Amino acid sequence: MLFLDIVSSILLLAGIFFGLSGAVGLFRFPDFFTRVHAASVTDSIAAILIIGGLLLQTSFDLNTAKLVFILLFLMVTSPTASHALAKSARHGGLLTLAETRPEDKQEHTQ
Amino acid sequence: MAEFIDLVLLAMLALTALRIIFLKDLFAVVMLFGIYSFLSALIFVNLDAVDVAFTEASVGAGISTVLMLGTLALTGRKEKPSTHSTLLPLFVVLVTGAALIYGTLDMPPFGDPDNPVHQHVAPRYIEESPKEVGLPNMVTSVLASYRGFDTLGETVVVFSALIGVFSLLGVRRKQKKDLDSGLESHRVLHVVAKVIIPLVILFALYVQFHGDFGPGGGFQAGVIAAAAFILYALVFGLPKAFAVVGPKFLQWMAAFGVLLYASVGLYSMYKGGHFLDYNQLAADPVAGQHYGIIIIELGVGFTVFAVMLNIFYAFGSQAERSNVQ
Amino acid sequence: MTGILAAVCIAILVVMAIALARAFKAPTVYDRILGVNMFGTKTVLFIAVIGFLMGRPDFLDIAIVYALINFIGMVAVLRFFEYTSPIE
Repeated sequence: MLFLDIVSSILLLAGIFFGLSGAVGLFRFPDFFTRVHAASVTDSIAAILIIGGLLLQTSFDLNTAKLVFILLFLMVTSPTASHALAKSARHGGLLTLAETRPEDKQEHTQ
Repeated sequence: MAEFIDLVLLAMLALTALRIIFLKDLFAVVMLFGIYSFLSALIFVNLDAVDVAFTEASVGAGISTVLMLGTLALTGRKEKPSTHSTLLPLFVVLVTGAALIYGTLDMPPFGDPDNPVHQHVAPRYIEESPKEVGLPNMVTSVLASYRGFDTLGETVVVFSALIGVFSLLGVRRKQKKDLDSGLESHRVLHVVAKVIIPLVILFALYVQFHGDFGPGGGFQAGVIAAAAFILYALVFGLPKAFAVVGPKFLQWMAAFGVLLYASVGLYSMYKGGHFLDYNQLAADPVAGQHYGIIIIELGVGFTVFAVMLNIFYAFGSQAERSNVQ
Repeated sequence: MTGILAAVCIAILVVMAIALARAFKAPTVYDRILGVNMFGTKTVLFIAVIGFLMGRPDFLDIAIVYALINFIGMVAVLRFFEYTSPIE
């Protein structure tokens, strides 16, 4: 196995690890704002790692340019979408867990 | 591996369809319809039908989601509870489904190379089109040259869709009492949209002129370019979008695209060939085919871009009025 | 390398299935949109990986369209919420 292939495999596997943990976070976290945090952060890092892994598989031609384009596009749009969604949720009146049930939070910290 | 992925995607597709039936919130239904289109486009990708996947992703998941959201803004989100009995429709659906399944029993086996569909015109296209048309993407050769007349018909259908929407809704002029539209409070979106929109238009041009070599063509490029302007209108508001390209200009542009397409056909008749016979356009038949395909793809791109954007304008301006009242 | 790519493909399919489940059954309407958005970005990665797995790099064009459409869909949803109350 070539050195580049090994690096590429490590990047790809790390990418799916983050992707899967984000998916778990989508269900496991208690309120919307923590869930959007889990989803958006892992989305970005998974995109970087997986596309980075694929970049090492190309032979530096048009496909490399397209992959870089996808990466840049996702790096700009995905956090923006998450930010705008969270902001919209806040404006729509969604509260964090701490705000809705303060007594629960105290039990947790004890 | 491909079969396994196909099965997983089909299972997700069926589950999405089932979930849509039982949802009462129409907003959620629109969201799931977007996923449904994404999934069907994925299945097309997996079946190697790249051009179809391209169209499905841009039209099915993109433009129609935006238009359906515009409709919901006009009509409201709750599904009307049905009062009639569901037994008769269920019976009709079951009988039709059973008849269709019975019909498939007589179909030739799936994927068999001896099937009529693989024996009819496909071998001729595959063998002759590199010599006759000379484009690497055979789908473009078939759509734009062999089936050029059908594609002209499709372009006219898109054009008449615009006429239909305009006769029902029409684009409403902005009035003084209207709220200042646009996503005013989302500052980050403003900046990002400014960065993204030129890239999207560049990509649309790439799809338009690279359609002879890779997936894509006039239809997809028109939709993607319209999506860029729709993004602008969504973020900065309809009045600013009207200042960039107005509905009147788009009406002329839609008609111009169809006319451009048809005039290529008439010109080839004038040169002594049949309607849309691109061989007459240049001394060398293959070069003539290339000229013809580039021009008609441009016509399709113009019409699709203008129609998609104008339909969005019609929905968007009406939604703004219902917002004011 | 093919084995790794196939494993990545399947893992992304699993993530897509989980995001789909979130879109099916969500505590708030925003969670539904979050699920749809995650499904969209994972689809982009899926198409890129499957393009390399099948040796068809022109699939990347479709991945670009997906990324673009996903973003525009999100903006349209946010704009829609300016008109109607998002709470069911």
